[in-house]
Amino acid sequence: MSYITKSPWVIHYDGSSCNGCDIEVLACLTPMYDVERFGIINTGNPKHADVFLVTGSINEQNISVVKQIYEQMPEPKVVVAIGICATSGGVFRECYNIKGGVDTVIPVDVYVPGCAARPEAIIDGVVKGLGVLAEKKAAMKEKAIAVLDTEAEAPAPEPPIEIQVYGSTEPREHGGAHDASTPGKGEA
Amino acid sequence: MGKRTVIPFGPQHPVLPEPIHLDLVIEDETVVEAIPSIGFIHRGLEKLVEKNEWPEMVYVIERVCGICSFGHGWGYCKSVEGNLGITVPLRAEYLRTIWHELGRIHSHLLWLGLLADGFGFESLFMHSWRIRETILDIFEETTGGRVIFSVCKVGGVRRDVSNEKLDKIVMTLDGIRKETRELTRVFLEDSSVKNRLVGVGMLTKQEAVDLCAVGPVARGSGVNNDVRCDGHGAYPELNFEPILEDGGDCYARCKVRIRELFQSMDLIKEAATKIPDGDIAIAVRGNPSGEFVGRMEQPRGEAYYYSKGDGSKFLKRMRVRTPTNANIPALVKTLQGCDLADVPMLVLTIDPCISCTER
Repeated sequence: MSYITKSPWVIHYDGSSCNGCDIEVLACLTPMYDVERFGIINTGNPKHADVFLVTGSINEQNISVVKQIYEQMPEPKVVVAIGICATSGGVFRECYNIKGGVDTVIPVDVYVPGCAARPEAIIDGVVKGLGVLAEKKAAMKEKAIAVLDTEAEAPAPEPPIEIQVYGSTEPREHGGAHDASTPGKGEA
Repeated sequence: MGKRTVIPFGPQHPVLPEPIHLDLVIEDETVVEAIPSIGFIHRGLEKLVEKNEWPEMVYVIERVCGICSFGHGWGYCKSVEGNLGITVPLRAEYLRTIWHELGRIHSHLLWLGLLADGFGFESLFMHSWRIRETILDIFEETTGGRVIFSVCKVGGVRRDVSNEKLDKIVMTLDGIRKETRELTRVFLEDSSVKNRLVGVGMLTKQEAVDLCAVGPVARGSGVNNDVRCDGHGAYPELNFEPILEDGGDCYARCKVRIRELFQSMDLIKEAATKIPDGDIAIAVRGNPSGEFVGRMEQPRGEAYYYSKGDGSKFLKRMRVRTPTNANIPALVKTLQGCDLADVPMLVLTIDPCISCTER
């Protein structure tokens, strides 16, 4: 739990669930389970969210909605699939309109099985997701440092010497853009 | 006449726990037309009767909706039992009635919380859901599940509840009655709540009849269509009177649900004293080979279960019509002419259950 140093905000979207998992997600926010003590708030705006809770499986209609919400969330982000329907399709797996679990559309980090998933399990899943979030953040940081390092290590290209003497009477070519191929222009 | 603008509402929207999409055509701040489009949660579970044998289908039908899950299971069982021509033991009917009424209490408390969240009264939301957890604890104690508990089967119920435990349930309900009374007094008397509800979303009695509204939406407009009057389960033996209000606005619909909360508590108390001893299930033989329609009064209104069998292990056709589906025309009617800021209120007061609607 030591990695919970920030307040992760969650966004919840109901794929094609039966409501059972949705009301359990909401129950996590209410006084009995109260995830707000960890700083977790349910937000309606994907751009505010760190953790994406999806309940229910994917069908033709909601592919674009799930993708849009996922793409709008800022990096790093974690997707938690809640309930057996979000994991694999569950009891509706054989329905004609069901494509399968959430991982058929977006990458999923944590799976919380159960029908309906209990609030304790959902909280466990989100906490596990926060670990993934911390890892992803560290990886992003390392990557950024690596990029900086490679930039620093690489031999800097020799900048063309370009000294411009203002007030030169010579007419400029191309409206002021100095061409490096005409050295000595300013040295004169 | 001002310029018309179309505002999309949903499918992902902060006040909606479930996705529904409305295209709101507005003129200035007034909604002139609302065009609903659904299908975000459609699973097509009626077709699963071809793949699941009819006794197993109970598990699928219970997952039509996680809020009124028990009622759906009961409705399906009732339909198949009618098809098979069997009579369920009275104790099982009493137990079903008790679980169904507990489900109604949990559903209405959940709805009160969502409504409070809709008009921004966060602490009321929290209190409603805190009281609701007591009901979920009763479910867990008696069936093992919190929201979906496959306890209903064709021919009866799977688990018995001892009379001592029933007394304990009644005591627990008496314990939360005072808290619930305090909570609902805020909904009915607080001026800031009344400002949002009174006179908003009028649906006259005639409109409710014409648009075939069901459940608390119709009863809030004074139309009595409570299926519990028809006499199924243990209701004929209980002292049951449908609750009617004639305001027709959001406040009346809220009041119907609040009065039903206490009525359900009374019904459970009465059922716990009248419940007979005996079997909880009878053996079922044969396969359904006819047509039967079972009707149920869900927390949101009348639900309709049709089953058709051909003597094999698989039903030929299964059809569920759920209350929110029937209430969408009424919703579209009340949305016409309302303020844009009242749209969440109106959508919430039909108690939308989209996963029921689309199945």
